[in-house]
Amino acid sequence: MDFNDTPEEAEYRAKARAWLDANAPKRSAGAASDMEDPVSMDASRAWQRKKADAGYACITWPKEWGGGGGASWQSVIFGQEESAFDTPGNPFQIGLGMCVPTVMTVGNQADKERFVRPAVRGEEIWCQLFSEPTGGSDVAAARTRAVKDGDDWVINGQKVWTSGAHYSDFGLLLARTDPDVPKHKGLTMFWIDMKAPGVEVRPIHQMSGASNFNEVYFTDLRIKDSQRVGAVGEGWRTSLVTLMNERLAIGGGGGAGYRTILKLARDISTLAGPAAKDAGLREKIADWFVQAEGLKYTRYRTLTALSRGQTPGPENSIGKVVSATLMQDMANTALELEDQFGIISDPAKAPLAGAFQSALMNAPGMRIAGGTDEILRNIIAERVLGLPQDVRLDKDVPFKDIPSGR
Amino acid sequence: MDFDFSDDQKFLKSEARKFLDARCPVSVVRGVLDDPARAYDETLWKAVAGQGWMGAAIPEEHGGLGLGGIELCAIAEELGRALAPIPFASTVYFVAEALMLAGTPAQKEAWLPRIAAGELIGCFATVERPGPLTEGQIQARVEGGKLTGVKLPVADGDVAGLAVVLARESGRLGLYLVDLSAEGSTRETLETLDPTRSAARLTFAGAPAERLGEAGEGMALAEQVLNRAAVLLAFEQVGGADRALEMAKDYALNRYAFGRPIGSYQAIKHKLADIYIKNELARSNAYYGAWALDAGPGELPVAAAAARVCATDAFWFAAKESLQTHGGMGFTWDVDCHLYYRRAQQLGLVAGGAKAWKERLVSQLERRNVA
Repeated sequence: MDFNDTPEEAEYRAKARAWLDANAPKRSAGAASDMEDPVSMDASRAWQRKKADAGYACITWPKEWGGGGGASWQSVIFGQEESAFDTPGNPFQIGLGMCVPTVMTVGNQADKERFVRPAVRGEEIWCQLFSEPTGGSDVAAARTRAVKDGDDWVINGQKVWTSGAHYSDFGLLLARTDPDVPKHKGLTMFWIDMKAPGVEVRPIHQMSGASNFNEVYFTDLRIKDSQRVGAVGEGWRTSLVTLMNERLAIGGGGGAGYRTILKLARDISTLAGPAAKDAGLREKIADWFVQAEGLKYTRYRTLTALSRGQTPGPENSIGKVVSATLMQDMANTALELEDQFGIISDPAKAPLAGAFQSALMNAPGMRIAGGTDEILRNIIAERVLGLPQDVRLDKDVPFKDIPSGR
Repeated sequence: MDFDFSDDQKFLKSEARKFLDARCPVSVVRGVLDDPARAYDETLWKAVAGQGWMGAAIPEEHGGLGLGGIELCAIAEELGRALAPIPFASTVYFVAEALMLAGTPAQKEAWLPRIAAGELIGCFATVERPGPLTEGQIQARVEGGKLTGVKLPVADGDVAGLAVVLARESGRLGLYLVDLSAEGSTRETLETLDPTRSAARLTFAGAPAERLGEAGEGMALAEQVLNRAAVLLAFEQVGGADRALEMAKDYALNRYAFGRPIGSYQAIKHKLADIYIKNELARSNAYYGAWALDAGPGELPVAAAAARVCATDAFWFAAKESLQTHGGMGFTWDVDCHLYYRRAQQLGLVAGGAKAWKERLVSQLERRNVA
């Protein structure tokens, strides 16, 4: 075991850092990255283009598609180095992490030539149109209809929880093309132009006050059959390609949270003395620390497998299920510690600029987005431990006959 | 970045597993469990000595294999998985480590070769009262090279030939080597929660004692020994926790209720997923501890505490929930769940409980933050 780079890794890291030193942009006047703001969006696009020119965008993708033609470990090292810089927000993640790889794997030659390079260069942004009001965890329950009309398809229905739909150029759409067969068999994948008539994007007002997600409505949206990604009826299989391409969740995170709460505890007195000396709090801090550190070292294990040229084990699947609850617990305890001040959310007046109030209001979303705690536990149980799938009453029933409830 | 066992270490680990599958099936563990007169399995102890494991991390000049701490971690994980009923931890993680840490050349030469050869069992005697190890509770005292006092519980104290004892001399704490075969020491075997691991009450009445390390450094040395032992024990805990999960999984796949395997119910699936999550977190923290054993002495206090806290939680959770998954059968003597349930507590307490380790961890973090 060795935390140090191999000579090859060290050389790549030094090169990446030197390039970042010379090229990484400085963010303008303290403003957090905000995709609603055209200035930050321009900065994000400029940064992506610069990385693409230097071979640091989509490092593992072939050079012929605008990628870097490199290895997974290089991508991880660059990500680690980049995270130390104040780089602009990344609105390209969903497109480059999921949608465009699907086009690359399943799409036709014309689509690959049309879409991959501009996406790598940050010229075009993609969103993923999978979840629906009646199917969040149950993605294959999608009801949005695509009906064949000559050489066209006509789309009607609604998607929800679509990140970045309001600034996306294209979307990868999972739609129902045959309701008379069981649900997994009647789906087809398409790409759509998000600016086309018949597409309406409405932001979702989240409990945290922000709007990171949207509802997307389709009303008689007419698209060409050439916009189909993969065969008719193969949409579910295609969507699995998309989900498998989810970016390896490496980098970020780590044991930083405990420092903030220790800092808070130093400034607060309890009835029994300084909060920092409170035994109950100290036990919790120890528990959080080992969880956060455990996740960090679990990512290192994944990275080790990549750097040895092996397929990483399933251990990385534990990441979000641990970190989301960790964030929620820590925020709740911090507010308890602040006592009556805990109710203040105004960053100008709340302790630590309201960091824990904000975490408290974002945590529920963390526990749900990208797979709920419950779905992630099912995935670990089924795919890692090999336990049986849940009983599925809807498996062999024509989709139109499946009870849908609310 | 290389944060995993190397190929050689993996080979060592897989050979250790094969060896223990053959030499330490559960019948060997139960042999010790069911016979109150037996403190450990002597046949297994000799066989393990034949593999050279007691001396894995002992330098070659003292009769060991001269491998690193990480190799010892690999062996520890397999011993934990197999619930090996032998005094390996006391002898190797505590006493051999204490000798290597603080021994004079003569002390090392006198004892390490015998440990490496499997001829000597060691024990580490610190506490005297319920509650975590604190300086204030140490009454045992040394005067003119003679030790007087009572230590309990001392893991493997009933079968050990050599004790490392924390005692007071002229008011200051030190570690002392006591040859338990000499006069002045008596022992009484204690009944233990995990009868596959034994413990004793040691009474010293003027037993010859030789200081190990500097005078006044007893507590600091004991803590250093505990840090090293904590990492190695964490691997035993991870090994045990993984095995407990496998048992739960196998049972859940084969036990049917209401016409389907109980492993198809989310109540069981999510329980087992939670065990998996805790086991992986514990393994990752243990790996960091393993790295710190050999390469990161400055990081060891934090790494050891994190490894211990996380592994103690993981093994306890895996053992109790694996038993729960087995339903009524899990509560019987004949099903092996209680062996893991007992061992989880034994390992979780033998180097000090999680509560005290959490406090040590946070104190270290505060120190690190201030520094």
